[in-house]
Amino acid sequence: MICKRIIPCLDIDNGRVVKGVNFGQLRDVGDPVDLARFYQDEGADELVFLDISATIEDRQTVFDVVQRVAGVLMIPFTVGGGVGSIGQVKRLLECGADKVTVNTAAVANPELIAEIASECGSQCCVLAVDARQCGGGHCWEVLTHGGRRQTGIDATTWCIRAVERGAGEILLTSWDRDGTLSGFDLELTATISAAVSVPVIASGGAGGADDFVSVLTTGMADAALAASIFHDHRWTVAELKRVLAKEGVPVRL
Amino acid sequence: MVELINFGGGNLGSMRRALERLDVSYRVSSGARDLTGDHGMILPGVGAFGAAMAGLKRAGLKQRLNEAVRGGSPYLGICIGMQLLFGASEESPGVAGLGLIDGEVVRFSAGKVPQIGWNRIEPLSGGSRTPGFVYFVNSYHCRPIDETLATYRAEYHIPFCAALRCGNITAFQFHPERSGPFGHRLLKEWCDDL
Repeated sequence: MICKRIIPCLDIDNGRVVKGVNFGQLRDVGDPVDLARFYQDEGADELVFLDISATIEDRQTVFDVVQRVAGVLMIPFTVGGGVGSIGQVKRLLECGADKVTVNTAAVANPELIAEIASECGSQCCVLAVDARQCGGGHCWEVLTHGGRRQTGIDATTWCIRAVERGAGEILLTSWDRDGTLSGFDLELTATISAAVSVPVIASGGAGGADDFVSVLTTGMADAALAASIFHDHRWTVAELKRVLAKEGVPVRL
Repeated sequence: MVELINFGGGNLGSMRRALERLDVSYRVSSGARDLTGDHGMILPGVGAFGAAMAGLKRAGLKQRLNEAVRGGSPYLGICIGMQLLFGASEESPGVAGLGLIDGEVVRFSAGKVPQIGWNRIEPLSGGSRTPGFVYFVNSYHCRPIDETLATYRAEYHIPFCAALRCGNITAFQFHPERSGPFGHRLLKEWCDDL
């Protein structure tokens, strides 16, 4: 039986792993290679690196980070953040990334998804969607530009269209829950997961082990991603997976 | 020494790094003249059946690879490199594969497709093989007519062939290079047998 995946997320700025505090102030968390190795040894099933660089120079250093991380990792990893062209996708894959996420650029130009899928394969094309509840519930709007811009596009419709074009997986972040530690948005996750044929990674709101159990069962997610609870050492990946196994969620131990 | 076959479509990066971590020397073969068949050959990769066959043909590798495998050179096919061993795939109707193993390549008919993630493989024949978790990314799976060729099986809504062995041919549907220490051990064992 296929296992549910636990995926720590690392934000990269200027070659370092950072963490946002109070909407913007960045705190240094550590070296990407050290942290990648740490999470791998703890039993992480995959890692996601998001490039949050503010400048072009910092963006260049991300390729170097990807290359160094690829050298030590024996598990799959995904890179994203500001990816806008097939050229960038290919370069990230050449540096050793297994998958690449696209977000804002895919909304602006959905053909980018088809291009990545046909040239590099659907399996490496992950659609990242930031979704925000609208109209009092049961529907969600796609946000772009790191959650700063509204698009008026319905998240479910967008995910269906993106999968038709060749997206192989969806990384779904609840804008409402992100950073709140109040639990994943189960309704959003279950709605999208039921609407598409590809795996869905739930993100945004993880506060404790119960949240992971819920999103991987009721929420119908195939994987769950979190940052703070791992970086802050509230939960180790190993402890979390032991709880999941006890609750009957299939995990790799 | 291993010859790593580059047909232009697969992502060689992760396999190269896995071989480097395992201290296995390799060289990349991108054309018929590069592929000697004097060493073990690995065809890693991802992507569609039709695109991969087209890539092999374009590089002049299809015939050379066929000759080398038929001549007895050890071959390790990973993911699409396993599926290409068969004559055809549901993924790309009308495209001829290498036709080295009889059987078919069919699409998963239940659950999320592609299968993405860690799944447990169980050894089917004795020897030193042990069960373990490996990383899969596949929409299609192989069904060899001779079921005794399967060395490991796994389950994704149905049981399927996760690995096979047929003389000098070894094939893994999963990605050993992304499957932690267990996957690296399987890769190393194949290299050590050369």
